[in-house]
Order: sequence, then C-alpha cells, then structure tokens
Amino acid sequence: MADAPMQHPDADKLVGMEHEKQYDFQLPEEYFYKSEKGLTPEVIEKISAFKGEPQWMLDFRLKSLEIAMKKGAPTWGPDLSGLDFDDIYFYVRPNEEQGTTNSWDDIPEEVRATYQRLGIPEAEQKVLAGVGAQYESEMVYHSLKEEWEKQGVIFLDTDTGLQEHEELFKEYFATVVPPNDNYYAAVNSAVWSGGSFVYVPKGVEVDVPLQAYFLLNAQNIGQFERTLIIVEEGAKAHYIEGCTAPTYASDSFHSGVIEIIAKDNANVRYSTIQNWSHNVYNLVTQRALVHSGASMGWLDGNLGSKVTMKYPSCYLLGPGAHGEVLSIAFAGDGQHQDAGAKVIHAAPNTSSSVVSKSISKGEGTSSYRGLVQIHEGAENAKSNVECDALLLDDTSKTNTYPYIEIDEKSAHVGHEATVSKLNEEQIFYLMSRGLAEDEAMALIVRGFLEPVAKELPLEYAVELNRLIELEMEGSVG
Amino acid sequence: MSENRLEIRNLHARIAGGVDILKGVDLTVPAGEVHALMGQNGSGKSTLAKVMAGDPAYEITDGDILIDGESVLEMEPDERARAGLYLAFQYPVEVPGVSIANFLRLALNARRDEDDEIGVMEFYTKLQGAVKELDWDESIIERNLHEGFSGGEKKRSEILQLLVLEPKYAILDETDSGLDVDALKVVAHGVNAARGDAFGALVITHYQRLLNYIVPDRVHVMAEGRVITSGDKELAMELDDKGYDWIKNEVASGAAPA
Ligand SMILES: Nc1ncnc2c1ncn2[C@@H]1O[C@H](COP(=O)(O)OP(=O)(O)OP(=O)(O)O)[C@@H](O)[C@H]1O
Ligand SMILES: [Mg+2]
Repeated sequence: MADAPMQHPDADKLVGMEHEKQYDFQLPEEYFYKSEKGLTPEVIEKISAFKGEPQWMLDFRLKSLEIAMKKGAPTWGPDLSGLDFDDIYFYVRPNEEQGTTNSWDDIPEEVRATYQRLGIPEAEQKVLAGVGAQYESEMVYHSLKEEWEKQGVIFLDTDTGLQEHEELFKEYFATVVPPNDNYYAAVNSAVWSGGSFVYVPKGVEVDVPLQAYFLLNAQNIGQFERTLIIVEEGAKAHYIEGCTAPTYASDSFHSGVIEIIAKDNANVRYSTIQNWSHNVYNLVTQRALVHSGASMGWLDGNLGSKVTMKYPSCYLLGPGAHGEVLSIAFAGDGQHQDAGAKVIHAAPNTSSSVVSKSISKGEGTSSYRGLVQIHEGAENAKSNVECDALLLDDTSKTNTYPYIEIDEKSAHVGHEATVSKLNEEQIFYLMSRGLAEDEAMALIVRGFLEPVAKELPLEYAVELNRLIELEMEGSVG
Repeated sequence: MSENRLEIRNLHARIAGGVDILKGVDLTVPAGEVHALMGQNGSGKSTLAKVMAGDPAYEITDGDILIDGESVLEMEPDERARAGLYLAFQYPVEVPGVSIANFLRLALNARRDEDDEIGVMEFYTKLQGAVKELDWDESIIERNLHEGFSGGEKKRSEILQLLVLEPKYAILDETDSGLDVDALKVVAHGVNAARGDAFGALVITHYQRLLNYIVPDRVHVMAEGRVITSGDKELAMELDDKGYDWIKNEVASGAAPA
C-alpha cells in the first residue's frame, strides 16, 4: 500500500485502508484516498478539505448537494436503474505515482487489446486505463504552452484554475450550468473534480487546438469533470477533449459539466469523442452561452459506455449568434446512446444547425433527443435539424424525439430525420471490388459518418475510423 | 489447351427458395477475347452476371463457374474479385460519404499484401491515368461513390474502376444503356484500352451499336435462362434486324446452332 504523501487532520480515517482490509473489502491497493460510498455532506466536506478549496466553493458544493437531494433523478430517458448512488465512491484521489483506481492486471483483455491495435503508447495507455498518473506530454506541448502564456491564454486543469485564478473563476463558474439546472448537474456541482479551465483574452486567436490530451492525467479523466471555457470578445479557440481510445473506468458513474461562454463575435469550437468502457453511465451537461455575432460549434462523438445521455446546447443570446451541433453516436450491443442537441434562439437573426448521425448494432439503441426553441422576438431565427440513423442489423433500435417550440412568426425551422438499414446491395457491391465483408461494412459506416467526421482534426478522424473498424469486426453474421 | 478462360458449366441458379432463373447456362470466354451476351428483357443476363460475382441473394443449384480452371463456387464475392473477376453493374449502387479515390485505394490494397500497400503517388498516377482515358474531369475522384451521379456517370465510373483494378475477366452488364453517343465512345475506348492477351470480357448489351465500337469475338444469345445459340459478330447485326422470335425459330428449326 502506498503512503499518504500529504497530511490531513482526518488522514487516518480517510485513508482507512487498514480498517477496510480487516473486513476483507476487495479494494485495489493503490488507493491513497477514497471517499466513503454514497453522496453525503461529510463526503463533500472531505473532498473540499482535501483540495484545500476556499470556503465559497465548499458552500457551493453543499448547497448543490441539497438541490440534488431535493430534485431526485429524472424519470425520463434511458433506463438508469442499474445506477445505485449508495454504492458509488464519489471521490477517489489518485495516488500521485501510481495513478488512480486500477492495476494494469485488472484492465480487461479486450480494452488492452484495443490499445494495442490503436497503437497507443504504453504510458498513455496506462493513463487511459486509470493505471498511470500522468502521460508525459511531448515537447510540443511545452512550446505551445509558452506561446499561449505570451498571449495571456490560460489553459489549466480546473482544480489548478481555481487555485491560481480564483477571482476570474468565481465570476463565471456555474453561471452557464447552475446546480439547479438538472439533477446530474447538481450532483456534479457537489462532487466535481478535474476538467479544464480555459480563458482566452479579447481578440486573441488560438490557432492550435487546446487539447485536454495535453493535460491528460488521472484527475482529468475523472468521474465528475468540470470544464469552464471563457472566450472573450472577438477571440477564437478550438478545444478538444479526450481521445478516441477507450477510457477504462472501474467506477460506473460519470457525470461531467461543461460550461462555455462565447462573448460577442467570439468563435468557439468544442470537440469531443468519448469512448468509455461499457460499464459506464455517462450523463453529461454541455452548454454554451453565445453572445452577439458569436459562433459556437459542438462536435460530439459517443462510442462507448453503457448509457450515455448528452445534449450539447447553445443558448443564442445576442443578435446574429450562431450555434452548431454535430454528433455521432455508436450504440453497440447492450449500449444505449441517448444523445442530441438543444438550441435556444433568444435573439433576432440567430441561426443554428444540428446534424446527428447514429449507428446501432446488436442489442444497441441510439436515440436522438433534441430541442429547438425560438423565443418571441427572435426575428428571422433560422434552425435546421437533420438526424440520420443507421441500423446494422434487425435487433438494433433507434428512436427520435424532436421537440420544437416556436413563439416567433418569422422563424424558419427545418427538421429532417432518416432511418436506414445497412444495405445488402451496397455490401455486395463493395465486396465485388475485393473488400472483405467487414471492411465493406466499416466503409459504409464511415461514409455514413463522413459529413460529421470530416469536421474532426485529421488525427482524430483517423482514430475514429480505426475504432469503427474494430467495432465492426464482430459484426459479420 | 490453355486453362486461361472464364467458364460457366451447366449453371442453374435461383433466388433462395424460388424457381430456377438460370436453367443450365454454358458459356466460355477465353482470355484475350471479348464476347457479347444478348437476350430479351428477363432472359437472365443480369442474374448470370451477379451469380458469377457471388451475389448472396442467389443460390446455385447445379453446375459450376471456373476462373482459369478453378471453381469459384466456394469463394465469397471479394475472393472472386481478388481472383481476377470484375462486374460492371447494370445498376451501380450509391455509397454516400465514400470518395471514389478512397474506395479504389482500399480496393487495390485489398488485392495486395498488408505490408505492400500501394504508394500514394503510384495510386494517384494510376487513377488519374484512368480518368484521362475516360475523358473525365479530375475532380471526379473526390466525389462520393455514385452519390448524385447521373445514369451515364455511374456507367462511366464502372469502367473507371475496371481500368484501375485491372481484372483478368470483366462482365459488363449493359454498360452502354443510357449513354449518349459520345459517352458510348468513351466507354468503348475504355474497354478497348483494357483489351489484351490477358484480359477477357463478357459484354451484355441490347444494342448492336455498342458492338460497332467494341467488336466481339463471339456473340451469345440467352433466352429463358439458357444460352440458346452463339455465333460471330454478324449474329448481333442479324438479331438487330430480325429480332428474338427469329432467332428462337432458327434454333427450334435447327437452322442456327444450339
Ligand atoms: N432478386 C430477384 N427477385 C425476384 N426475381 C428476380 C430477381 N432477380 C432476377 N429475377 C427474375 O429473373 C428473371 C431474369 O432477370 P434478369 O435481371 O437476370 O434479366 P435480364 O436478362 O438482365 O433483363 P434486362 O435485359 O431487362 O436487364 C426476371 O424474370 C426477373 O424478374
Ligand atoms: Mg439485366
């Protein structure tokens, strides 16, 4: 067992390993601190104390917990009955050297095999699998970092962001997604840890994408990440979260909150491809406030997990604001991807576009759940929604739940949905050119995703393709 | 005798569970020759073509298909393609989001060892050469496979693929249908460019017109699921003139060889 490198008044109790060992709990040995199971004020106080947070953050967390308790979990959407909060550790502090929760041997063979096949360096594999604490980012990151600092760009993990830029942090934190927004946001607000904090000053254009990958460490791919991105007037940034490799987690509940503020004429993109291991419930709130003339784009890919609920949203608050959501979902056997978009037009001449592409296979289900709301006075607002579902076999399912609320006469709203099945003739055609059956299927799937995938940075698109090939390999009947 | 030929022996095939559509087809195309296959609508020409390529919608109840003396019945469509067979479809499908260039590179690499993938330059040189041969605009290779293509463009794409993939044996199923006269010449030019000692083709057509440009070594006539007669290129002209009832009568009366 690792030593606790940091003293805390309650350290003995917190570490608590000896105690649990006596009762033969099956705990991996690398833990340095693990909260008690369940969500209680005591757990929250300990988290906050451990992080050495200011009082206001602790108060915020406790109040959020109260809100969560009052609200209770929503009853709509996918089946979440497998989630038992009393059986979940809400905070696991990673061991500084060894990483988080897992020992390499605990990582399922299939996950390890996938890393191998994606050709991911071992150090990085270990972080993704929750075994290593820190992936030593390449030199390129360090020179980028200098460049960003010169421009006044802040790019830190959220805990460090709070420590080093408390005033700035406090001004914006939880203003986009307040704890009373929804149950999972409240839970995240109570127990958040990790994520990224980004600040781009007025007029600064960040050319190289800010990749969370650069900050990749055990904390960052934690259960309750909290990301806060502020892009000032006329500034520009592209933030990329995660990577396409499967992220192994032994814990089963993940609930992130992403808050973005795009000030006047700012241009912001947020791209993420999540590929959690198949035991994870992934319930994320992603929202952007988009001011006058600003443009916000979400690119959201969901490949793994057991259940995902994720509806990136754009609140178009100022005239001429533009919002875009491109999403990809792949629901494999036993998975439920409930994804979509939310666009609120609250000002004149705002525009939005939503493109959703889902693929379902085996006993998988993918649903598109979307809301387009046009407020009175949002004159000439334009919105276009296109959702396409592809079913790979007879057992997979897809649903569409488009909600459209229009209170403005001059609005233009378009909605188009298609469902198609993997076409035998296409497969035969491609095979007749020499492609094996699984290659043919993967190619059709890639083509189906292409309108969204082409918006990805090249290396992500390449990884996505390889991943889909892997997903398809077992598909040939 | 040389083994280099595409051979169909007493082939019977049907839609799974249905009645036979092909009722004993016999046909041989030696390497180095181009044969034409004609016949009325519904006589089984496309069925024959697809069965040869391995379409899983059909089931073979008797007979054999051989490439250079080797039966392909147990081969999947992709294995047959890699063995050198190519079918230009009567109705090529669309595959959205897949560019012609990407698709053809995959198809070429599928024919090569994993550690011997075709170089990017070599590939583009080859592809651009084929595009030029067909008098086509270069931008076509970035278009998605048949997505939004006109009927004629789809046919031209089938020939483009043929030129890039360089099969040993090609079956062209009504590649001329729906082409304007200029496109017809271009397509014929493409096929003639592929002609050579190591290449055999079976050209399915309704029109003698095509055969003015692709002059066949033999002409076969199909009716009700069988090849009822064969002859030289004059037969196509005569057919054009006199029609299918004439040839059926000729065969029945013994005036034409069965
Ligand atoms: N998949 C199928 N399902 C049902 N019937 C079929 C199928 N394929 C072929 N047939 C039938 O088999 C017969 C032969 O069809 P085929 O397409 O081979 O004719 P063809 O000679 O190519 O005609 P055309 O000159 O019109 O292209 C037709 O009666 C057709 O309806
Ligand atoms: Mg036909």
